[in-house]
Amino acid sequence: MSEYSEPTGQPGGAPPAPLWEVFVRARRGLAHTHVGSLHAADAELALRNARDLYTRRQEGVSIWVLPAAAITASSPDEKDAFFDPAADKVYRHPTFYEVPEGAAHL
Amino acid sequence: MTAHAEQTAQAVPGAVQAVPEAGTDRFDFVLGLADDALVAAQRLAQWCTHGPEMEEDIALANIALDQLGAARLLLTYAGELEGAGRDEDALAYRRDDREFRNCLLVELPNGDFALTMAKLLFLAAYQVPLYTVLASCGDERLAEIGAKARKESAYHLDHASLWVRRLGDGTDESHRRMQAAVDEVWPYTHELLAPDPTAPIDPATLRVDFDSVVSGVLAEATLTVPETAWKPDGGRSGVHTEHLSYLLAELQVLHRAHPGASW
Amino acid sequence: MRDLLLAGNLLHPLEIDVLSCNTWGMYGNDFPADDTAGGLLGEVEAAEMALRAAAERGRHGSAGADPAAYFAEVVAADQKVEPRDWMPEAYRATLIRQIAQHAHSEIIGMQPEGNWITRAPSLKRKAILLAKVQDEAGHGLYLYAAAETLGVSRDELVDLLLAGRQKYSSIFNYPTLSWADMGTIGWLVDGAAIVNQVPLCRCSYGPYARAMIRICKEESFHQRQGYEILHTLAHGTPAQREMAQDSVNRWWYPSLAMFGPPDTDSTHSAQSMAWKIKRFSNDELRQRFVDMCVGQAEVLGLTLPDPALRWNDERGAYDFTQPDYAELMRVIKGAGPCNRQRMEHRRRAHREGAWVRAAAAAYAAKQANKKEPAKQKEKVA
Repeated sequence: MSEYSEPTGQPGGAPPAPLWEVFVRARRGLAHTHVGSLHAADAELALRNARDLYTRRQEGVSIWVLPAAAITASSPDEKDAFFDPAADKVYRHPTFYEVPEGAAHL
Repeated sequence: MTAHAEQTAQAVPGAVQAVPEAGTDRFDFVLGLADDALVAAQRLAQWCTHGPEMEEDIALANIALDQLGAARLLLTYAGELEGAGRDEDALAYRRDDREFRNCLLVELPNGDFALTMAKLLFLAAYQVPLYTVLASCGDERLAEIGAKARKESAYHLDHASLWVRRLGDGTDESHRRMQAAVDEVWPYTHELLAPDPTAPIDPATLRVDFDSVVSGVLAEATLTVPETAWKPDGGRSGVHTEHLSYLLAELQVLHRAHPGASW
Repeated sequence: MRDLLLAGNLLHPLEIDVLSCNTWGMYGNDFPADDTAGGLLGEVEAAEMALRAAAERGRHGSAGADPAAYFAEVVAADQKVEPRDWMPEAYRATLIRQIAQHAHSEIIGMQPEGNWITRAPSLKRKAILLAKVQDEAGHGLYLYAAAETLGVSRDELVDLLLAGRQKYSSIFNYPTLSWADMGTIGWLVDGAAIVNQVPLCRCSYGPYARAMIRICKEESFHQRQGYEILHTLAHGTPAQREMAQDSVNRWWYPSLAMFGPPDTDSTHSAQSMAWKIKRFSNDELRQRFVDMCVGQAEVLGLTLPDPALRWNDERGAYDFTQPDYAELMRVIKGAGPCNRQRMEHRRRAHREGAWVRAAAAAYAAKQANKKEPAKQKEKVA
């Protein structure tokens, strides 16, 4: 993206603050869910920034922040190899099985 | 620190009950707390769109909103104690600077970000134990307000401490600015904690907490407390710095230009 | 590593009930009956449901040998393009430009309203306005984050803004001269923005669509608080009423200009519509906005400053006078009343904050170097 990478040399050029991914637990009993990202110099600041940015309306009871650089993600190119093999393993789903009439608590 | 404050609360269990029923003492006391919060909110709101980073604009606005919220509750209660029919807006918008009871610290101009963080650190280190004591006091309304505001102030203290550590122990420039800010604001902390045995809560009883929190943060931030005998005061009796009148002129200009109007 | 957003920022919404959120109760009670914002909110919710439905439908297969065909297929099926998918470079560039411009608008847009926070005429209004301007900072950050999923950094975008190489909405180059402008900005400017933004909740690019859903939900309060301010002024003292009318007179045409040049002159529209980045033309949205405002102005008892404004039975819409597009072009090019002031304000905040950002970075580096012995942290999951 060279078109977008000509900084104008603003004074005091600190290194850009790293990117953090933010996960919020909306309520007790729910898993943390990814809600977005933000920049902060360190984890302590990232956590506070996340609180102010993503829970202004009581959206959460718990927050995780994670350096975006620490995430290893699967790529779209690997999508078939990663996920298609699961497609024919229908026997992993309970609906695959016929329950004989009269059998309870299954 | 909270534990300290709770001990303080227990150490002076009768403090608030000792207040004469209603009367000006309590009105003045509540008004002082309210004006601290209101003037602090106005100063913090002045940062909006000027913050050193966009995230900090949001954080400072949050703290300003907390202070403003506490100010509104306290002003409303002060108005009820007074019994003259003044609501939060009448008290905020139609008093002159000589009638304001806030401490001088909150009215000092914002200065740079270091100065604002020094002010916030000292204010929060005072408000946390103060609200903690209030939360368990005999006055139900004040206890309610204290219980709510104590949590907010704990966050303000956290925010200020976090930045004072970063600025104090960051670059040479930030260290220099942060130390200069502490030097400038420190004398004004004496007014916060000046003994007043007749007050519903004697501010002097908060000093143990204040000192332990502040000295811890400053030490971590590689900062020192200046040695000075100067102890400016007067805010609690309505004798302010020259800054307050300008702050109020801005705060009140529109409201006063339309007497009797609703908004 | 931004395709974490694949997980879906709002696919699993935080179940924020907008109507029961904290800030709402403060001032929602005495709001005059008006269903328009509710209607738009309904559309935001419909867009969110459509987004979830598209995700449910799933999509088997993948880009494979012909990524361009796959991309076209995803867009045609109203499904979302996600960060690490193949996409045409022009699509990426268009999105970066549009999302960045949108983010810049939120950040610069804080200034005209920020101008009145310290002078708000009641403590309640002060709290609302401060919360609103704070939301705008938040929306700017959500949008910068969405733009970053396209491979550009926020710092680069901010540099482009400060260098004057990327634009923001020209509406913010007009001054806020009275308190009534806080009402009019909420009603007309946020109103126009919402009309523009609601269709973006269905944008083909996933992170942008999700950010817009969140933003539109939060912004519904912005428009209502503005309308409430104007309603109060219009029913207040003669001076307040005059203040309100003067404000509407000043903001009406600039608000109409927010929808951009007429379709005949709009350069980016056709391709953006084909890509489903944009779903309606400038003129369609402008008409929709005018049709909504007429009734709202009547309820306020204020006059929209257009003598030619009248219902056209044949078209089933209001005829109205177009804004001065020559003026719009002048303002876009930098000759508006406040362009220089807004930019200098932003540059100054950035410049004066540099030492703070440097301190935070230096402190973080020192702490990282200390490398305290690995703390035994409790397992988080």
